[in-house]
This record gives sequence, structure tokens and C-alpha cells, in this order.
Amino acid sequence: MCGIAALQLRNPSLHAELGSLLSSMMCQIVDRGPDSAGLAVYNTPGLVSKGTSTLSLLGKDQGTPVDAITAALETLLPASASTAVKVVGDTTLVSAAVDTDLLVKAVSETLPASTIIGRGEHVAVMKSVGHPMEIAAEHGLEAMAGSQGLSHTRMATESAVTAGGSHPFSVADDLCLVHNGSFSNHATIRRELKREGVVFDSDNDTEVAARYIASRLQQGDDLETALTNLGKVFDGFYTLVVTTADSMAVVRDPIACKPAIIAETVDYVAMASEYRALAALPGIENARIFEPEPGKVYTWSL
Amino acid sequence: MVTLTAADTTTANTKSESATSVDLADSPVRDLNQALHHAEDGQSWTVENPGGKHSLAVGINADVTVTIEGHTGYYAAGMHQKGDVTINGNAGVGLAENIMSGRVHVKGDASQSAAATGHGGLVVIDGNAGARCGISMKGVDIVVGGNIGHMSAFMAQAGRLVVCGDAGDALGDSIYEARIYVKGTVASLGADCIEKPMKLEHLDELGGLLAAAGRADNPADFKRYGSARNLYHFSVHNSTSY
Repeated sequence: MCGIAALQLRNPSLHAELGSLLSSMMCQIVDRGPDSAGLAVYNTPGLVSKGTSTLSLLGKDQGTPVDAITAALETLLPASASTAVKVVGDTTLVSAAVDTDLLVKAVSETLPASTIIGRGEHVAVMKSVGHPMEIAAEHGLEAMAGSQGLSHTRMATESAVTAGGSHPFSVADDLCLVHNGSFSNHATIRRELKREGVVFDSDNDTEVAARYIASRLQQGDDLETALTNLGKVFDGFYTLVVTTADSMAVVRDPIACKPAIIAETVDYVAMASEYRALAALPGIENARIFEPEPGKVYTWSL
Repeated sequence: MVTLTAADTTTANTKSESATSVDLADSPVRDLNQALHHAEDGQSWTVENPGGKHSLAVGINADVTVTIEGHTGYYAAGMHQKGDVTINGNAGVGLAENIMSGRVHVKGDASQSAAATGHGGLVVIDGNAGARCGISMKGVDIVVGGNIGHMSAFMAQAGRLVVCGDAGDALGDSIYEARIYVKGTVASLGADCIEKPMKLEHLDELGGLLAAAGRADNPADFKRYGSARNLYHFSVHNSTSY
């Protein structure tokens, strides 16, 4: 069992409330996964900025002081890149006005032991082990603004309770995936992806799905097609939420083992494992509330 | 989609004849269930702000009327023994699970496994029900105004399942003696479930169930499904059919 709460804000006047709304949703899914948690927020001022790549690194302590990391990166990146490193809760955010790939290369060189848990121009990813609401509070979720957000509370089954095994998995620019369930053939697919040159950060089954989707998107699939293809290749139980820079998708396995409920209004699309996570959203009494059909891919774009 | 009716705000904390109002925004679910377990026949209760909380109004064993004003979470009205529970909203997973008797009415949709293992009583869902509706039902009657999901009435042993919309895949898989009536289409029938003729007794029975659920559908528009009775007893010769 795990908990998912995701929110895409269609009405820009709600952007200032993204964090408080997502926090209130997340609070209701804590009992579904109290051992670890993670968050992804999009277009949050102070965390990401337009024209700048941001990498989210696991942990607040990279073994090197922030100033020293900045100085080391500056030697590898152009002076015009305005390289910046900051610690938010248990996450280190590195940003620079360069291509994400170049920034990844510089960070991997400077901090070879670091784990990159988020990358892109729009997204910041934060995850850790412990009580989900403490993790959210430590990162200051309540006060965050943004266009969409994704949260996950984890009850680990397929791999160990570690910060790296927490969701979301963000393995391509602005792409995030959270999963409630377990994949039974992930080892086989992992081997196939490895043969294609894909590198993995963890033993987690969900990471395989994230890498698979990233690989499909790279090959030209749109998000909906990538998830349809995932349904053909992956075996197991799943409710997945995938977010990109400007869209959100939900899919459940064909026998709908894991719960999901969606509320849609003109102002937002919200998805959660259970209705109680949606109950406090503004205007919920007039929302279109439905459970996604088994095996059907739903997508919404901003 | 569900439009909630206006909340009953006329009474508060009064006994017997008038409704007792419980607001779950400021009192715990356990207090509500404890109070309901000590209720006396004839009492009425209104539950405000259910907020999708789990296990609301479970294990009621008195002839009371409970109205829940909003959406409920998992296992609402589970193990229901007596009385009427009405949910003016949607119900989460496991609505009226193992209901023994009495009546549970959901005005909106119900999630998966509605009335699972129910032994008796009546469960009415005005909207749609998710997958596995009436799974392992053992005598409960279920009337669904909309559609039902896949694997409904799986291993259903007794009772009646009425569907005024469409049924999903594998309806009535490994069914025993429950009877299923569907007005719309059936995506597919499960192992050992077949269409059966609608005889006069079935039209009468269905008419009674629809009337009990407050519905005006015409029994003649329904088809009946039940067990082919080929898989009643385990036989290795049937291994490919299970």
C-alpha cells in the first residue's frame, strides 16, 4: 500500500496555494505509506526559474560545503550560467543557466557520490525517509507556489526503505512518476533497458517504469502512448501518476488492484488514492468526481 | 457526479424521536460508531462532514436511521445488521461489506467490492459501482442504478444482483446460486456463468427488487444470468475452465 496525491492547477490564481493544497491532500494519505515520502513541485518560485536548469540532489549534506560545491561547479560551467546551490529541507538544489545534460555532467564530476532525484527547467523533487508530513514540513511545502505538484507516501514492498527508493522517480527533464503497487517483471525489463545503455540509481521496481517511460518518450511516444506501451510490457499492480512540464497522466492496471479517484473542476484536476485526500479542496462539492477506468490512460495538459 | 442534498441542521444532540446530528469535522469516527452501537430502535442520526473517512456507521445492530451527508471512505456501513443507512454522496471501497440484513442506500457511486460477502439485506446504489461488486455475495440483494465494473458477483453464492446499466468483464465468474439481472450490456461472462430464461417468477422477483430500490425500470427489459453448474465441485477435468 502507498498513497498518492497529485494536483494540477488550471487557474493561475490558485498557484500561490499549490503547497498548502497539496499538503492538505498529502496529510490524508499518510496512513497509506508512513515509512518515507516524496514531493515534486512545478514552477515553484525560489526553487526553479525559467531559462535555468535545476537538479535536485538527494540529501542536504553532500559531504562538501555549499560554497565549495558552487565554486567547483563554476570552474566547470560558463561564468554567465549564474550557478547556484541551495539546501531546501533534506534536498540540495543545484541550478545554472545551461543545458540539463551539461549540469548533470558537472555535478557528477564535482559530487560523484550524489544521487540526482530530479532534473529539468520546471520541477524540483524532494524525498526522504520518515513521517511524510515531517518531510513536507522540513521542505516547507505549505508555503510553496507552483502550477502542479505530486506527492507520494510509501509503504515499501519491492525494495528497501531508503530515501533513494522513495517516489517520485524523475529520470528525464521535468518527468516524474509515482506508483502505488508493485511490478512483477521489473527485473526482466531492467535487464533489457540496461542492454540499451540505461543506467539505474536504485533497485526499485518503480524506477524501471520511470526509465521505461523516459525511454519511450525519447523514442518519440507522447505521454499517453508511452503509458499505453507500459501497460503492454509491465506486469503487476499499479496506479501511476506521471507529470511532465505541462501535463499530468493517470493510469491503473487492467484489473484495477490499486485505488484512484479524480476530481476535476475548471480550476484544477486532482488525483488521490482516496477521496478523503480530495475532501478539503476548494469547490470539491461541484467537482466531477470519478474513479479512473482500469487500463485507461487519462491525461490533462496545462 | 453527485450533487449533495442540503444538510439537516434543524436538530442537534436530542434523543429518540428527532435526529441526532454528529459533525465529523469536530468529533472522531470512533465516537460515532460507539454511539451507534448503543443506539435504540427508532432513533435517527445525521452525520455531517464525513470527508471520505473510513469505517463510518459500521456494525449497526439497532433499527435506526442514519443519514450521511457527503462522501464516505472505505467500509461504510460494513457488517450492517439492522436499520437504514443512506449516504448522500459516493462510497469508497467495501461499502456494506458483509451486510447481514437491513438496508444501505448510496445516492452517488460506490467504489470496488460493494456489498462483498453480504449475507442479507438490501444495498441500493443509485450511481455506478466499481469492480467486484457483490463479490462472494451470500444472500444480499444489490440494486445498482448505473454500471458495474469487472469481476462482479465473482463466486456469488446466494442473493440477487440487479444492474440497470451495463456490466463489466467476467460477470458472475464461478457463480453458485446467486441470480443476476442486467438491463444493459455485459462486456463478458465469467467462467460457468450463462444467460438464463426470464420466467414469470423472475419477472416478479425483479419487479419486487426494483420497487424496493425505488426504481421505475421495466423488469421485461432485463436479462437473467446465473450458474451453468458445471464447476460446482472441483474436478481436475475442469482445470482449464477455472
